[in-house]
Amino acid sequence: MPSTGAYSIMKKAPVNKIIQFSNVDGPGNRTAIFFQGCPFNCMFCHNPETIHMCSSCGLCVSKCPAGALAFDEGGKVVWDSGKCVQCDTCIKLCPHDASPRVTWMSVEEVLQQIRRCAPYIDGITCSGGECTLRSEFMTELFREVVRLGKTCLIDSNGSYDFEKDPALLEFSQGVMLDVKAAERSWSEKLISDPGDMVLKNLDYLKNIGKLYEVRTVILPGRDTENENTVRYVAEHIGDACFYKIIRYRPFGVRERFLKILGEEETDEAYAGRYASLARELGASKAYVV
Amino acid sequence: MSDALNIIQDPTLTYKQELLALARLGESTDDSLRYSDEYYEAKRKGALCDLNEGVMPYRPRYICPDYELLFKKGCEFLQLDPPKDLLEAVNVLEIFYCHVPSITSFPVYLGDLDKLLEPFVIKEDRAYAKKVLGLFLRNIDRVQTDSFVHADIGPEDSVTGRILLELTEEMQLAVPNLTLRYDPERTSDDFALACVKCMLKTAKPSFANHRMFVSEWGEKYAIASCYNGLSIGGGGFTLPRLRLYECALDAKSPDDFIERELPRHIDLQLEYMDKRVKFIVEQSSFFKTNFLVTEGFVKQENFTGMFGVVGLAECCNYLLGIEDKKKGFGMNREATELGIRIMKEIDRRVSEHEAPYCDAYGHRYRLHAQVGIDSDGMDDSPGTRIPIGVEPTMLEQLEVNEKFHPFFPTGTGDIFKFEETYIKTPEAILPIIKGSLANGLRYFSGYLENNDVVRVTGYLVKKSEIEKLRAKKQSLNNVTVFGMGAQDGGHALDRRVQHHEESSGK
Ligand code: SF4
Ligand code: SF4
Repeated sequence: MPSTGAYSIMKKAPVNKIIQFSNVDGPGNRTAIFFQGCPFNCMFCHNPETIHMCSSCGLCVSKCPAGALAFDEGGKVVWDSGKCVQCDTCIKLCPHDASPRVTWMSVEEVLQQIRRCAPYIDGITCSGGECTLRSEFMTELFREVVRLGKTCLIDSNGSYDFEKDPALLEFSQGVMLDVKAAERSWSEKLISDPGDMVLKNLDYLKNIGKLYEVRTVILPGRDTENENTVRYVAEHIGDACFYKIIRYRPFGVRERFLKILGEEETDEAYAGRYASLARELGASKAYVV
Repeated sequence: MSDALNIIQDPTLTYKQELLALARLGESTDDSLRYSDEYYEAKRKGALCDLNEGVMPYRPRYICPDYELLFKKGCEFLQLDPPKDLLEAVNVLEIFYCHVPSITSFPVYLGDLDKLLEPFVIKEDRAYAKKVLGLFLRNIDRVQTDSFVHADIGPEDSVTGRILLELTEEMQLAVPNLTLRYDPERTSDDFALACVKCMLKTAKPSFANHRMFVSEWGEKYAIASCYNGLSIGGGGFTLPRLRLYECALDAKSPDDFIERELPRHIDLQLEYMDKRVKFIVEQSSFFKTNFLVTEGFVKQENFTGMFGVVGLAECCNYLLGIEDKKKGFGMNREATELGIRIMKEIDRRVSEHEAPYCDAYGHRYRLHAQVGIDSDGMDDSPGTRIPIGVEPTMLEQLEVNEKFHPFFPTGTGDIFKFEETYIKTPEAILPIIKGSLANGLRYFSGYLENNDVVRVTGYLVKKSEIEKLRAKKQSLNNVTVFGMGAQDGGHALDRRVQHHEESSGK
């Protein structure tokens, strides 16, 4: 069975990619670090290849047109970044929602890349997958990044019990939290998790002033679910942070979920209604992206 | 058919463009300014290029008048008194601009407009001031019809600077080119951010490293034409260029190039510059009788010669036998290191040369990373830029640029194209500009994908105007035709776009 991958005692974390300059992962210009592995399985996930760890089943190896994939002596699938031409063949055919293009990196290795970007960025954002699966790694990373005078943001699906990890939050400017569903039954369908922890985090992070923003994806035609979620979030956060109303976009969504969610993207006006609703309910910093 | 007849019958030339082309043709009938046989041979091979400056220079290439002086004492020759209010100020400038010569016959430097006009602007009602400045900009765009016409603002925030930005955005004009002189201590983030927003919508202003320019020129420097650093009250005599790729074609190895071919070509270009500078000063009437000189708006000692280079990337790739540009200069440490070695050698040899005149700079010429001309095609990338189409990530591109920009006091720069989402996040661009200027970048230009006004290699054109030329209609702007050539031959509008999902390709 593919797993989400336990934290390695060697203090290395599986990194899917590092984007040197990003303008969409928090305020200003940021270096974004994407970790591999996620405990949820959201229907509308745009990069499902980040969900599981590669099980080395080997299916993709012979299909790589660039010869960038091979087995090592232990039978593990290894990826040669120098040869890879980023054609995405491997991730498209992987039946396990995994990717062979993952590098296990130490804090120091990640830091080296961040130091290079440091003169040009406001800070970093850890994302995923779900970055909090690497909370210990992140805490160490953040400690160093803060020393460089840069800010650290956490982009999280809310599955992690933040209350139990004050050290992580101490070095972080805040969390960008996804709240995808407010009702348990809908949450179980949409993200394969009842979502209790997400809602707990919403309140907890807000109360300690570490909620940087909340995001909700608006699905086309799901009036009830959309409204319930937006209502819940708006009533809980008020004007404490930004509330990003995100339009569902079918790009990258897996075939079987496209059948359920549809191939239409949410139109701007429809999403706009929920932003207005949120603002009416007191979430004054709600807007559509 | 004679050359003259060709010009006269060309349907795409406006009357003024015909006149300038005919003047150039007339100039070319004299050959009293002669160079060595070796010079002509190198020129024929394409290793040296005079940028069609014309064989008989009758004015310096770039002239940067001291407009502060104009406002202080007026101009006797043009019968202009010092202006007393905003209307008079813009009127004085509009008249004066028409009498400032240059290689293109248009003024390449319009002054530090915010500083010049601020005392008048703040005395007026803002809406009225904006109306006057709008008409002023319209006058410049329709009368000084050439994208090498350049105005400067900053480093400080000002009412005038803000109004000029607003108008630039509202009017979407290709002329004038505009630069913010950026100083981290004197330019507020708020003003810089306003400039970034304007840049995304109109491809201007660009950002100049104020501290770097001040350290080389003192406070009174101008950014003129594309991105040329020059002295206010002075300018540039001439700008020929080494086409480094062609210079390297006879070299047997990198060492052979640096020891033999490069110095040989440098000396030929210096010979050319010396002769032209002497001719301009000693033979042509400009420095003897032009009112700009006699009334002190420019001083001959403040002029220098601009020693241009292009095609460093292709030169390095050729010398190292690198055929795949994607693995060459900019992406490949060895090629980039070779580039630095070559630039150091050029810098050393040029600075050892005793130039005629150029008194204010210890009789030295100054280096210039020439921005390329349409006929360069893909053989020689502008200055020391990484070839279009193979740019690495933005970070890597900046790091390479930072190594080369300090070599060029008379100008260099690079251009970054941003994708649409950046219009909503200008604050993601400012730290990039600040960081790169602090790390040695000299000049940063950017524009947004899908804009009409775009930056080609250093100047601005409207894509809609290029389309006019393609349809064999006339374009008022002299430079549109270069933009078309650079788009066709050099793919100058196809540079890499900074995407929000740009992987480091770890
Ligand atoms: S990436 Fe997917 S297909 Fe390739 S070896 Fe790993 S689990 Fe198998
Ligand atoms: S994306 Fe995957 S399949 Fe394509 S070259 Fe890279 S490793 Fe091979």
